[in-house]
Amino acid sequence: MNLNFKNIKKIRVEKPLQLDCGTVLTGFDIAYETFGNLNENKTNAILVFHALSGDQFVTETNTVTNKDGWWNLAVGKNKAIDTNKYFVICANVLGGCMGSTGPKEIDPSTGKPYGLNFPVVTIKDMVTAQIHLLDYFKIKKTLAVLGGSMGGMQALQFCTLFPDRTFAAIPIACAASHSAQNIAFNELARQAIMADPEWDNGNYLISKKIPRKGLAIARMAGHISYLSEQGLQNKFGRKLQEQTDVKFTFDADFEVESYLKYQGYSFVDRFDANSYLYITRAMDYFDLYKKNDGNLSKAFKDSKIKYCIISFSTDWLYPTAESKKIVIALNAIGAEVSFVEIITNNGHDSFLVHEPAFFNTLKGFIDSTYEEFKNEI
Amino acid sequence: MKFEDDILSGLIDMNSRVLDVGCGDGSLLLHLKKNKRVDGRGIEIDQNKVQESVSKGLAVIEGDAEKDLINYPDSSFDFAILNQSLQQFYDPRLVLNELLRIAKNAIVTIPNFGYWKVRLSLLFKGVMPVTKTLPNTWYNTPNLHMCTIKDFYELCSLDNIKIVKSISVSGGKISNIQRGNLEIKNFVSEIGIFLIKK
Repeated sequence: MNLNFKNIKKIRVEKPLQLDCGTVLTGFDIAYETFGNLNENKTNAILVFHALSGDQFVTETNTVTNKDGWWNLAVGKNKAIDTNKYFVICANVLGGCMGSTGPKEIDPSTGKPYGLNFPVVTIKDMVTAQIHLLDYFKIKKTLAVLGGSMGGMQALQFCTLFPDRTFAAIPIACAASHSAQNIAFNELARQAIMADPEWDNGNYLISKKIPRKGLAIARMAGHISYLSEQGLQNKFGRKLQEQTDVKFTFDADFEVESYLKYQGYSFVDRFDANSYLYITRAMDYFDLYKKNDGNLSKAFKDSKIKYCIISFSTDWLYPTAESKKIVIALNAIGAEVSFVEIITNNGHDSFLVHEPAFFNTLKGFIDSTYEEFKNEI
Repeated sequence: MKFEDDILSGLIDMNSRVLDVGCGDGSLLLHLKKNKRVDGRGIEIDQNKVQESVSKGLAVIEGDAEKDLINYPDSSFDFAILNQSLQQFYDPRLVLNELLRIAKNAIVTIPNFGYWKVRLSLLFKGVMPVTKTLPNTWYNTPNLHMCTIKDFYELCSLDNIKIVKSISVSGGKISNIQRGNLEIKNFVSEIGIFLIKK
């Protein structure tokens, strides 16, 4: 696949960024994309945070890959998040590989790609970097911040760091900390990448190699965790791949095998292996409980933000119970919180596929919140 | 429904914090938000109704009151409302006491099983009564613990719950229930509405 990085929009932030790990980034780039138009009072801005494998191209055409944006089904003209009405902003996360400062970009001190010299970043670092984008657009307060999976974690983190910069928040299919199982899956992915000789201790960009197999396996493992058992069964069952019987070899006999291979290897074309290491690490380190002595309520104390928490019944990566913990913590401080568990077979990936009940909830919450917000300003 | 909303609304103070337990599509909460400027929250078990409520801009949580009330801190609301669903819980006594733990006041409405039409129906037809306020047959009713207004009074006195206000609804008319007219009100009321506190 030919990737075209020429049309990426970015802002350069020349202020130092103190990272959680102790390192200070003297300056950094934030690549972003916007959809729709910002209104005169700047009351219609929605900041979307992307997930692990996502990027700033929420909807319309991804100018880098020439494919559809990752949230085309939910965001766009006349969609649940209607870009005729709202101004949607999304940034590539710090540590990402779609133009924001990350391991793939050139380290100004060496003139070579950062690789593993890039500092380990956290969800907090990602969110702190993105606030500059709101400043750039002179948006004092967004209508909403939202995202699914790691995007939801960023939304939660945003509320704890910048409670006055958003009117509402919609954390979707996420948790306030990574579980042992979450960390285990991410470790499996990282080990797969690092076990690939082509990874070359993270120097593959300099040595002109590509750790295709490692990254593809990492993506395959991820993909299994994004789907529910029933969803996989319904989609593939034991169907064979263009053949009537098994071949007694280790080639892809079953449809599910070739599906995973396709998902794995097509991902390699657009994603950077080191970025995958850095972003999964950021997710693993995410823990709002620990930051607040085990009391999640403290994280959101004194916030006037309106929350809508959404989970999916068959999501075993970030199960409903994790969302409920957030709801309980918010209830305990009297926050304005709504909660919906969408009944579906689509597992963790539900927020990315056609899920009418989910879209209705999103639309209903955002539209009604906008009516309140614009009257308040 | 509007008629009862007005009665319930009349019991609620301006600008108070209200939890509507089993808030349905949120119409009562919306009414209270507009007319009493309350800071309202809801719990509802039916996902479609939660979505309707959320679309109205209401803060509603999908959940089962029987399991989830425990997560609310003490005295976090001025009023908790339980509109015609007390009889649907496995443990209505626990729910009633939970309401008065998390709210300073509770407003509870019950379909009165002591209503004369209900009594006559059972007495003469010998089958479980089906009326306007009890529209289901015995095998598909969500009601597990039917009670009369008098039963409700007895449970309140057993648990040291004060009945601050007690209203009878019958044929679209309202009247006050007192100790002195309890027997007759228990006979003529279709619905009982109670403002209670501990």
